[in-house]
Amino acid sequence: MQKKFDRGLERARWLAGITVFAVLGLVGLLANPYVISLMTIVLLFTFLGQSWNLMLGIGGQLSIGHALFVGLGAYSVGVLYVKYGISPWVGLLTGMILAGSVGASIAWLSFRFEVRGIYFALLTIAAAEFARIMFSGWEFVGAMQGLFFPAPTGGIEISMLRGDVRFYYFVALALAALGVIGTEFISRSYLGYVWRAMRDDESAARALGVRTFQHKILVISLSAATAAAGGGVLALVQGSIFPDSIMGMGLSVDVLLGPVVGGLGTTFGPLVGSLAAIPLNHLMSALGDSLRIPGLNNITYGVVLISVVWFLPDGIWPAIVRLCKAIQAPPTAWLWQSRKVEE
Amino acid sequence: MTALLEVENLSRSFGGLVAVKDVSFSLRAGRITALIGPNGAGKTTCFNLVAGALKPTSGRVLFEGRQIDNSPPETVCRMGIARTFQIVRPMREMSVLENAMIGAFSWTRNVSEARSKAYESLESVGLAAKAQARTDQLTLPDRKMLETAKALSTRPKLLLLDEVMAGLRPTEAAGIVGVLQKLAEGGLTILLVEHVMRIVMEVASRVVVLHHGAKIAEGTPGEVVADPKVLESYLGAGFHA
Repeated sequence: MQKKFDRGLERARWLAGITVFAVLGLVGLLANPYVISLMTIVLLFTFLGQSWNLMLGIGGQLSIGHALFVGLGAYSVGVLYVKYGISPWVGLLTGMILAGSVGASIAWLSFRFEVRGIYFALLTIAAAEFARIMFSGWEFVGAMQGLFFPAPTGGIEISMLRGDVRFYYFVALALAALGVIGTEFISRSYLGYVWRAMRDDESAARALGVRTFQHKILVISLSAATAAAGGGVLALVQGSIFPDSIMGMGLSVDVLLGPVVGGLGTTFGPLVGSLAAIPLNHLMSALGDSLRIPGLNNITYGVVLISVVWFLPDGIWPAIVRLCKAIQAPPTAWLWQSRKVEE
Repeated sequence: MTALLEVENLSRSFGGLVAVKDVSFSLRAGRITALIGPNGAGKTTCFNLVAGALKPTSGRVLFEGRQIDNSPPETVCRMGIARTFQIVRPMREMSVLENAMIGAFSWTRNVSEARSKAYESLESVGLAAKAQARTDQLTLPDRKMLETAKALSTRPKLLLLDEVMAGLRPTEAAGIVGVLQKLAEGGLTILLVEHVMRIVMEVASRVVVLHHGAKIAEGTPGEVVADPKVLESYLGAGFHA
């Protein structure tokens, strides 16, 4: 019956997931420090992309100001650690609660006054820019001079979340894995169904009893909180926090590139997208430097983005899935057949 | 018999236009009632007022004795009134089964419970075999039935159907009539907004006729078609029952 068909796909998905993370684990053990630090960023943006994807890809709410939540997470970790020596674990939790509440407040205010769709997206930019300017002038958090974490001592301290490049790689890997598992878990729970319904047609969902006001606030605050967790770790990895980079528009765009390139609303999209976009950016930036063509990375970036949107509008990951299904056509067809017989 | 739904002196205007004017009627449990009228008679407005999608300018809507006209659609749904849309609105990116599951989440958070309710709803409208299809693979009558199945998954006491038969061929409509009759036999109360007169005669036990926003007649299908006011305003001089 249908279950058999599902189980086949299910097994393929699990297998794919485990293989990907096993390979990524090996990369962490074997690769050189440059590749490792590059991949750390890829994995962190995978996680951030998943957080953003939860909001748009599943919940249907567009944010172009995710830097706000990333920044709140980064500053929570930074201020507590640098100023008071409090463990980043506490900072991460604080950041998540803070960003979750800020996200919920923005959402509440916005939807209370019927600001939605693209206007809500504009509001998220406004909120992020407001925070960036505020933090730029706020002496206590270092203003424009930023915050600096003390140089790592080399030893690994899990209680303080401090360690070497490889340590942070595995932290980022764990986050990305959590993101994948969490996204899968949410997609399959009633929240996933209800949120997708709300994304596809809000008034039809309401007519079916979905309390969309509450659900929109919930999805946004969850996305904000997870983005803050990613931001906290990003700050630790970079060793410094500057308002213009951690809360700037550029970061908001970097967050959404992964899922847009990789595949909106899919579990693996953000990973595939980040894997494609970030190394390319670094490579082109290095190439641009050696060829003395400043801005080559940005041009290439633009070209690649436009090509992806043009040729694979739903992203790279769905295209890969389609390809796999095309190759596997005979067994799939056979399963459909057997299903019909059993019915 | 007590009334499941009571509509009392309901009015709604849009700016200067009075779409529904002082309409009252009541629905008895377990029956199919039809709301008919020519284009622009205020049927859909009336329907939306009952479903909570619009708020009345004056008047009340009572469901099981509780006033519902100030409640948002999701609350009305959770109280036991489910609706369909005149223009079918499937959730495009979700399968037929998933579409039918959404309504069930108004009373359960258990995904497999929702799934079995969805199968049950699809079964009762004859769509179970297409559960895994994408919604854009469905024919128009199937999409209309999917709308009904989605509504049924909310476990309604009252089902509001907005022109489910519009745009269908007679044979397709006949299939839907069968489904509705079976649902009513199962104890469901149905209010149907309909244009196709022949079907209303066949399926409804009571008919409410609107014209220019006001109720001009109410009764059994036989009584209504014999009413000279109805003949004149709605059916035209050429209609002979």
